[in-house]
Parts: sequence; C-alpha cells; structure tokens
Amino acid sequence: MVTPSLTAEKLNNFSKVCEILDKFDRQPSKIIPILQAVQKEYRYLPEEIMTFVATSLGISPARVFGIATFYSHFSLEPKGKYVIKVCDGTACHVKGSSGLIDVIQRELKLSEKVHTTQDLLFTLETVSCLGACGLAPAVVINDKVYGQVTKSQMKELIDEYKAKED
Amino acid sequence: MNKKGSITVNGAKVPLAGEKNLLEVIRKAGINMPTFCYHSELSVAGACRLCIVEIEGRGIDTSCSTPPRDGMVIKTHTAKLRKMRKTLVQLLLANHDNSCTTCDKSMSCKLKDLASSLGVTEIPFKKTKEPRKPDMLSPSLLRYPDKCVLCGDCVRYCDEIQGVGAIDFAYRGEDVVVTPAFNKSLGQVDCINCGQCAAVCPTGAIIPRSEIKEVWDALADEDKTVVAQIAPAVRAAIGEIFGIPESSVTVGKIMNALKYIGFQEVYDTSFGADLTTMEECNEFLERKKAGQKGPMFTSCCPAWVKYAEQFHPELIPQLSSCMSPQGMVGSLGKKLLSKTLEKNEKDIIMVAIMPCTAKKFEKERPELSRNGVPNVDFVLTTQELGKMIKEAGIIFDELSPTAADLPFGLYSEAGLGFGSTQGVAEAVASYASRALNGKELSAFEPLAHKTYPAWKEVIINEGNLRLKIAIAAGMKDAEKLIKKVQAGEVEYDLVEIMACPGGCVAGGGQPVSYDEHILTKRKAALKNAGKVTPLHAPEENPYIQKIYEKMLGGKCGSHEAHELVHTTYQTRKRIEQDYLELTDVNHEAPVEVKVCVGTSCFLRGSQEILSNMKDKVDQEDWKDRIALKATFCSENCNYGPTVTVGDRKINKATIDSVVEEVENQLGIKHPVRAY
Repeated sequence: MVTPSLTAEKLNNFSKVCEILDKFDRQPSKIIPILQAVQKEYRYLPEEIMTFVATSLGISPARVFGIATFYSHFSLEPKGKYVIKVCDGTACHVKGSSGLIDVIQRELKLSEKVHTTQDLLFTLETVSCLGACGLAPAVVINDKVYGQVTKSQMKELIDEYKAKED
Repeated sequence: MNKKGSITVNGAKVPLAGEKNLLEVIRKAGINMPTFCYHSELSVAGACRLCIVEIEGRGIDTSCSTPPRDGMVIKTHTAKLRKMRKTLVQLLLANHDNSCTTCDKSMSCKLKDLASSLGVTEIPFKKTKEPRKPDMLSPSLLRYPDKCVLCGDCVRYCDEIQGVGAIDFAYRGEDVVVTPAFNKSLGQVDCINCGQCAAVCPTGAIIPRSEIKEVWDALADEDKTVVAQIAPAVRAAIGEIFGIPESSVTVGKIMNALKYIGFQEVYDTSFGADLTTMEECNEFLERKKAGQKGPMFTSCCPAWVKYAEQFHPELIPQLSSCMSPQGMVGSLGKKLLSKTLEKNEKDIIMVAIMPCTAKKFEKERPELSRNGVPNVDFVLTTQELGKMIKEAGIIFDELSPTAADLPFGLYSEAGLGFGSTQGVAEAVASYASRALNGKELSAFEPLAHKTYPAWKEVIINEGNLRLKIAIAAGMKDAEKLIKKVQAGEVEYDLVEIMACPGGCVAGGGQPVSYDEHILTKRKAALKNAGKVTPLHAPEENPYIQKIYEKMLGGKCGSHEAHELVHTTYQTRKRIEQDYLELTDVNHEAPVEVKVCVGTSCFLRGSQEILSNMKDKVDQEDWKDRIALKATFCSENCNYGPTVTVGDRKINKATIDSVVEEVENQLGIKHPVRAY
C-alpha cells in the first residue's frame, strides 16, 4: 500500500534506514531494535522496507514478517500523526473508557476495523493498562497523558488537536 | 549423548546407544509413539506435544526434547497419557477443515491416521475460527491454511535444510498462521518449489498442485496427440502407492499403464538425460578450453536454478546452458512429432511425469517454449500418476510390461542415474573419460569433504582428464559450498547441485512416506532398474546418434543444439512487490525511472544516483513527466548500478547517463543557438 502523503519523505527516510542498519552493524540478532528504529522513521513498517531490511541482514522476509506481526508494538499499516491510546484496563473500563472510545470513533469516523483517519492525522488504539489507574479513565495522545477524561473533554481534546493542524 | 546404561520403558530395560532423545529410545524399543513435529533431520520443536511420556520422579514431559539418562523409568501409554493425546488431537480437529473425503492428502494424512488410532470418534469443541482463503497462485504448490496444525515442519525444513525460509510463523496466540512473507502467495515469494514442505506436512495444508484434470481433458480431446515422458526417479517410488515392493515395479508396467490411460506415445526422460550428459560435457570442455571462469554448475534441477536466479544472479553465467532432460525431450519430441504427424506443435500435448514439484514451475518458463507453445504442457507428479492409474481402473500389479516408444524410449544406465544425487556428475565425468582417455573411469567414489562435510567431492586425475567435482544436495549445504567457492577457499571444475537431499528420488512429488529408510530403498530400486538397462553409456545409444544426425546438426554444441536443447536464465526478484515510490509519483507520468537499490547496486553507488536524480526532478520540475522509483534487487547485479528508464535498462549507470536517457525520452533537446 502506498500512502500518498508519506511518499515525499521516503527518500530521506530511506537513507535513514541505511544509517539504522549500519548503526546496528547489520546484525540479524538486532532485528527488533532495527525494526523499532525503522518504525520511528515511518510510523509503521512498510512492506518494501521490511524486505530491504531482511535482505540486508541475510534473513528471510517471511521471518521479518513473523517478527513484525508477533509484537503488537509494530504496525504494518501507516499510523496517524497523533496516536490516541485509550486505556481499557479494569479500572479505566469500570470508569467508562468504552464511552470515550465511542466518542473518538464517532468524531473521527473510525470503527472496530478502521483505526486510522484517512488524512493520517489520528490513530486510535486501546491498551490494556497504562499503570495509571488513579487517573482512570486515562488517555495518552502521543506522549501526553490525560487523566479522568470525560466524554465532553474527549471531544474537546480532539478538536484541540485538529485545530493545531489548521 | 549417553552411550552407556539403560532406561526402563514400560517395564522393559532398553540399553542406550547414543540416542539423542527419549523418543528415539522408545521407537527403538518397538513402541509406536505418535508425532507431528519430529523429524530426525530437523531441529526439535516440541510443538505437537503428542510424544509426551511419564518420567518417574519428573512427571510428564515431551520425549522428543528430553535427553535419555541412565536409570530413567518411563511410561508411554498410561490412561492419563492416552487421554491427553486424544484431547490434543480433538483440539487440533476443532478448527480443522475436516473435508477428508475430498482432500488430496487423504490417503497419507497423519492427522487422520492419528485421530483413528487414538480412538477419536467425536470432536467435542466448537469451531472458533473464520475460514481462511487457500493460496492457489503457485504453479507448484497449494496451501490450505485451515488444514494446518502448526507443527512447523515445513517452516523448519525450508529454513534448516533449504536455507530459503519462504514460509514462517506469523501473528501471535490463537491467530498464529504459517505463511509466506506479507501474506503473499508461495507463487509470489522466494519459494524454490522443491515441495519438501508438502512432503513433511502431516496434513493436507501444503500439497502439490494437481494437473490431473487438465491431462484427462487433453486425453479426451480428439484433435490432440497426447504424449508422456517419464523421469528416472518415478519408477523407484510408484510401487509405494500400490503397496507393492519396488523390485517388482518395472518401467514396462508404467509404460503399459500410460498406454492404457490413453497416451499415444510414451517416452523416457532418461533419453533426455543421456543427451544432457553429452551436451553438458561438451559445453564443459568448451568452457574449459576457452578459459571461462569456473566452476560450471549443473542446471537439471529447476529448484536450484530458481534459487540461483534469486540469490546468486552472479552465478548465472556459470550455469550450464543445457535444458533439463524434461525440457530436452519436450522440445525435441514436439518438433519431431509435429513433422512426422504433420501437426501443429500446439496440438501435441507433452505430459512429463516427474518426482518433482519444481518441474511444474519449470514448464511455465517462457524460455522453454517455441513460438508461444510450451515444450512441456503438463507435469504430473508420481503421486498424480498413481491417482490416474487408480482412476483408470488399472490393477497395476497385474500389468504386463510394454516398451517405450522410439526414438525417445531407449536410454543408458548413466541416464537413469540422473534420478539420484551424483548421477549427473558421474555421467558427465565418465563420458569425459571416454572422450579424452578412450576408456572408462577407474572409479567414481565421491567422499565427504574433509573440512566441510556439507558436500562431497571427487578428484579425477587419469590420463588426459583432470577434474575436480563437487556434489551438493539440499540448498543450505549447497549454499555453504557456493560461499567457499566464491571465497576462493575451494576450487572445482564442475559442481552438481540438487535441491532435494538424496536427489530426485526424494523429490517433493514422490509418494508421501513416513518410512525413515525410504531413501535407501528408492536408491536401491533405481540402481536395480539400471542393471537391466541394455546400454551403459549415452553415446552407445543409436537413437541419440540418429537424433544428432537428423535434428542436432550432427554434433554436440551445434547451432541446432543451441536452438533446440539449450536455454537461458533470468535474474529474479525474491518478492513480488510494488516499487518504492520516492517522489510524489504521478502514475500518469510518461517516463518511469527505476533505480535498483539492491545490495550490489547500493554498494556501487545507486543511492547517490537516486538522490541526485531526485534533486534533478525538483530542479527541472519534471514531476509530471517522471515517476522516480526504487526497486530492491533487480536484474543485473554484475553490471550495477542498474537504472531502468522507460523500457531501456542502463547498466553501470551514472547520473549523467541516466539524465541523458531521460532527456532523450522526454524529447528534450538542449537549445542550440541558431539565428
């Protein structure tokens, strides 16, 4: 899948991939940190890049695919600029995290199957426990944590991030 | 490894003799222990849990992954163990596609066997998974993910023995599947089609693609002349399908069965093997005389050829240009028949019966066709031939022998030897000896290399013949050999490579067998078949002489021979995928520029070309006119960096040569001031 808005960056990113491989001495045993670094560049793991990484490290593309699909940290689809993680651990669930998920899905036209907005601005993820049960329900947007979020606050937050982009 | 002492199995003492694990000891004691994931040549996975035993003082453990220790007391079939095994199989069956009556593997399915021998009469668990799509794109192998029991045999074989790793586990927990990279088809990835995954699969999750229906259809078509050719190794294994000993199978019976089925002409691929010996030996001597870079690699094995095209494009010039025996008989057979029958080649249907799944891929190679008509139309595996014989109502055991049709029916012992490892090398070396020394080789005894046991070698130093040959089977071992050859650590004149360990007798299209001595049996059967062959050497074959006179310009390596029985190879991408698009690609842009950034081209500076080109596109505002893309390893490693502009390929490209070509294609002329 080629996502138009990402292609322009790809050449620069591609040199980065070579740098990443060199940084880890092209060692097959370093595949996981390599994929992590690659994902940081692209915000996901593009198929062609995984093949390139596999070939460079002398391991099969099928194995790299296996590793990339095993860990939920790795994404094979492009992620949005803002990743909204809604905690759905026991405490947050009890405190109404599913209501927040509903709001986000409605506001951003997402669903059970579609996690990323078409403009690649937002991605919704649910996580099991952020370890911040005292703040339940907790939401993390990129690296920023929001505690005791209500439905209306959630909507405001989304509008706020949207406004940043206008 | 414990060579001393003994363990007690079900109350009986069993002495230890260096067994690697408890499972081997138990089987040695004559106890039938079920397994899915244990193969002695592969690493131990411990995935299926069926080989569990009770070990006194330790509890229940898998016997495949437990080393035997002196004094161990184990029980193998207690009520508890029996119940556990039964539950394990029931759980596997819960999400299994239980379509046994229509499954191709039905007759040799381990899962079906086990369910019955463990007394499974019901499946108490509900299906929890959605049906998944079968993978039908490969010309050689089909995958049915819903029949997979996740034992990982195919994954480990492909990685550990073939060094390819075309399939692996993906996803996690209950979502785990065995799949090629990126959920693609086996036909779109680096699979070399050897079919050993299908041979080790205990169920019908990976099977050879069947062409039986197409062959029956051709046989029923009155306008077609349908011809069969049968490979050496098929006769060494077909008896297994009918439960009769190999020794009572003669090729004459198979020929009779083929005639009964309706083939108008029946040929022996061993004839093609004889021709290969002569052409290949001649090619080899010519190359040596011309001082070409060695070693020369054999090219009979289509799985090895694909491997070389994908992973060692730099070796392509060193591959023998001879077609495989299948290709030779196909090419010559069609040509000759079209002349004698006065028929168009497309109305002659050539069916090759092979021990091999990769041959199904080979027949589709565009290089092996004439005017768009393939030299071989269909390839049936030994398994498929067995099924057709049964379908035709033939009682195989009771058939009387019939001779194959001439001229492609007579062959030598050497040609038959192609069915097993060393066969090609021995045939070529013996032929060279007779050609150069006028006498037979005194001996041909390949020995494991002293430092690198991955391959065998033969050093011949007799009269005018000085020859160093290496023989490798199994691509991982072959890869070790290639690495050492390329590093200059070892030196050979000729290298024989077969993808399947043991050679064609152990091919992926042979009947599925769980007998660990099967390879020895098949090799012996092939040898026996060779003993009753009237000819010893290919050049003694009067029909080979005749074909040379009539069709091949009277001598080896002639222009006609190159037209009819030699071929070419192509470099191949490992994975079919989109090109990496590096500018905002306008798909309507008239000129496509593809820069190879594969390892070799990358080292030769393709990345610089790429970034300079990108600057140039911005500078000249060529965005709407050029689509700049990067491809991972393309076509021409030896002449890198490779850049393709439109339909022109530029080797040893520089930014100037690329820009020049682009401007040329865009019709840009540098302004010449002329008033």
